[in-house]
Amino acid sequence: MATNTRPRTADSVEQAEPQAAEPREQRGEPAGQLRSYYERMSLIRAFELRSSEMYARAKIGGYCHLNLGEEATVVGLMEALQARDYLFVGYRDHGYALMRGLSPERVMAELFGKTTGVSGGRGGSMHMYDTETRLFGGYGIVGGQIPPATGVALALTYRQKPGAEAEAVMCLLGDGTTNIGAFHESLNLAGLWNLPIVFVVVNNKLGMGTTVERSSAEPELHKRGASYRIPGVRVDGDDVIAVRDAARAALDQARTLRRPVLLEVMCYRLRGHSVVDPARYRSADDTAVAQKADPVPAFRATLIAAGVLDEAAADAIDAEADARVTAAVEFAEKSPDPSPDDLFAYVYATPVANAPSALPGDPVTDAL
Amino acid sequence: MTTEMRTTPAIRTITYRQALNETLRAELLRDENVFLIGEEIGVFEGSYKITAGLLAEFGPQRVVDAPIAEEGFVGAAIGAAMVGMRPVVEIMTINFSLIAIDQIVNHAAKMRSMYGGQVAVPMVIRMPGGGGQQLAATHSQNLEVWYAHIPGLKVVAPSTPADAKALLTAAIRDDDPVIFLENLSLYSAKGEVPDGEQVAEIGKAAIVRTGTDLSIVSYSRGTTTALEVARQLEAEGLSIEVVDLRSLRPLDRDTICASVRKTGHAVVFEDDWLSYGIGAEISATIGEGVFDFLDAPVRRVAAAEVPLPYAKSLELAALPSAAALSRVVREVLNVAPLDK
Ligand SMILES: Cc1ncc(C[n+]2csc(CCOP(=O)(O)OP(=O)(O)O)c2C)c(N)n1
Ligand SMILES: [Mg+2]
Repeated sequence: MATNTRPRTADSVEQAEPQAAEPREQRGEPAGQLRSYYERMSLIRAFELRSSEMYARAKIGGYCHLNLGEEATVVGLMEALQARDYLFVGYRDHGYALMRGLSPERVMAELFGKTTGVSGGRGGSMHMYDTETRLFGGYGIVGGQIPPATGVALALTYRQKPGAEAEAVMCLLGDGTTNIGAFHESLNLAGLWNLPIVFVVVNNKLGMGTTVERSSAEPELHKRGASYRIPGVRVDGDDVIAVRDAARAALDQARTLRRPVLLEVMCYRLRGHSVVDPARYRSADDTAVAQKADPVPAFRATLIAAGVLDEAAADAIDAEADARVTAAVEFAEKSPDPSPDDLFAYVYATPVANAPSALPGDPVTDAL
Repeated sequence: MTTEMRTTPAIRTITYRQALNETLRAELLRDENVFLIGEEIGVFEGSYKITAGLLAEFGPQRVVDAPIAEEGFVGAAIGAAMVGMRPVVEIMTINFSLIAIDQIVNHAAKMRSMYGGQVAVPMVIRMPGGGGQQLAATHSQNLEVWYAHIPGLKVVAPSTPADAKALLTAAIRDDDPVIFLENLSLYSAKGEVPDGEQVAEIGKAAIVRTGTDLSIVSYSRGTTTALEVARQLEAEGLSIEVVDLRSLRPLDRDTICASVRKTGHAVVFEDDWLSYGIGAEISATIGEGVFDFLDAPVRRVAAAEVPLPYAKSLELAALPSAAALSRVVREVLNVAPLDK
């Protein structure tokens, strides 16, 4: 074999240092802002824990993937993304929908399959879509979001000039998703056509039960842009401020220079792949590492240490998050189920003659 | 253990999942050219636990965990098959096979004939389909007809644990690419499975229940619903025959036609969408083959033609059910509906 120096151990992945080594409390962030970040992280945490509970109570069905452990990543990325920007996500999308400004009520109602849900109850956990906030979809097929996200960035080049006020696209994907052809094809297109897009690899170290080292020949995923001359950046996903700053810088580059960026955010998935996965394949050590890194209690402790919050204030924030989620569950419970009469709504945008509307077993024609 | 005294009964009641697992194991033991490849089949033991224990027993060369790269690893399996390996690919669900469809349709299916008979592609692609678990539009599809349409592929869809065993054994030993369709809702279904080597004949349907009044033609999960409906209707004095297709390509047209010739009535029960679906092919076969023996038009019970919504209320309305099948059977036989 030729000289092969690529690192294959877990250590090599973790060794990359967060960009900002300074303690968080000394970064000159206004206290109110830090507090607000904690409120958001706490809301996502409460929402996801309750989703898991509602799944166990069969209020939620299908697949349900949580952002537990990824709260700092979600909050940091969404803080950097402007309202005018477009967002594409995979199926682990609840936190992003919340941070895009959708109410916990509407997100929970989607999980409950109700008409008041983000996608009218038709999409479920994996398929949140909201035109108004430019949340252009959760996608259940691995990598499915990457080509359309690239296409939105292409469309932007027809409609606006590059600049600080220009719109950009953020396309999220998991570490495991960097192995699908669509990722590589899209990066090539984005590099070739100079598109205003930031590809964000949310590297939670696992795709289902498979580690990055067992699935990617180049496990330093930010380097995978090299073939397309797309610069790669790696950032500590447990550090909300570092994530925000890295994402801002990447988005700025996309807007002003029309150069795509590949941003790799290092975080942990606290639990199984989806709510039904007990993650038995994970060693006790790995689980302990993930739990130790848990960004929500860590950020809380940091803010308390820095005097931004005291215990009582932090507890109040957590209680408020919990209360909001309780209200969301109540709203979802009370919301109506979609009516079977509306089964065929939205299949086509342009009405067409003879569009199917038969229920199972209906005769094919009443011409007889 | 093969050396122990044969005290186990010749027939055991096991799940469809276990039948698949045991068959994979038996074939791995029998032929060193057999290997398994797919996402999460090793360490994770399979998304639906079909490959549980096999990595531990056979090691990572025989049970290969692949990255999320369906086009890549399905195509790689084709290449391995071209030189005589017998890969058994697991695609997590049929929905994800769309990413590999070029390799399957343009390559695996074509090679033998297009290269003048010089090469064979002895591989199996196992994958479950089916809706009904609120997995929403992209994860609930029944795309079997896409593959059943393609010359050069063989497509089987067992409905019982016994057939899962016998058809999988046949598929692995077959020298052509075989699409092996499983169904999410069948994995935990139990049935009697004979011990020892069982090799089905691909291309043959089975009459799984005999009757004289009407033939229900179905496959995979649909067959279990058809049998359930047939049993209910028996209590009302209706004698329903159930034809389990087992093989969607090739299609056993003779068995279908012989059944309808006898009963004079036919209903197709299918999980895919109505237009251009499996039922369309069955109805056409019956129309062309035994039109003169029909006492009523052939009817189809298929899924409503929508991307399947997540909400349970809509999912239930869209999927073909036992109730819809029962109603249509009554309509065809012109007997009074139950609840009116
Ligand atoms: C094309 C395709 N193949 C397989 C799957 C099944 N699947 C769903 S999620 C997943 C793992 C993805 O891992 P990663 O990209 O790391 O994202 P994470 O779940 O960690 O957020 C797999 C294999 C799928 N949905 N689509
Ligand atoms: Mg991952």
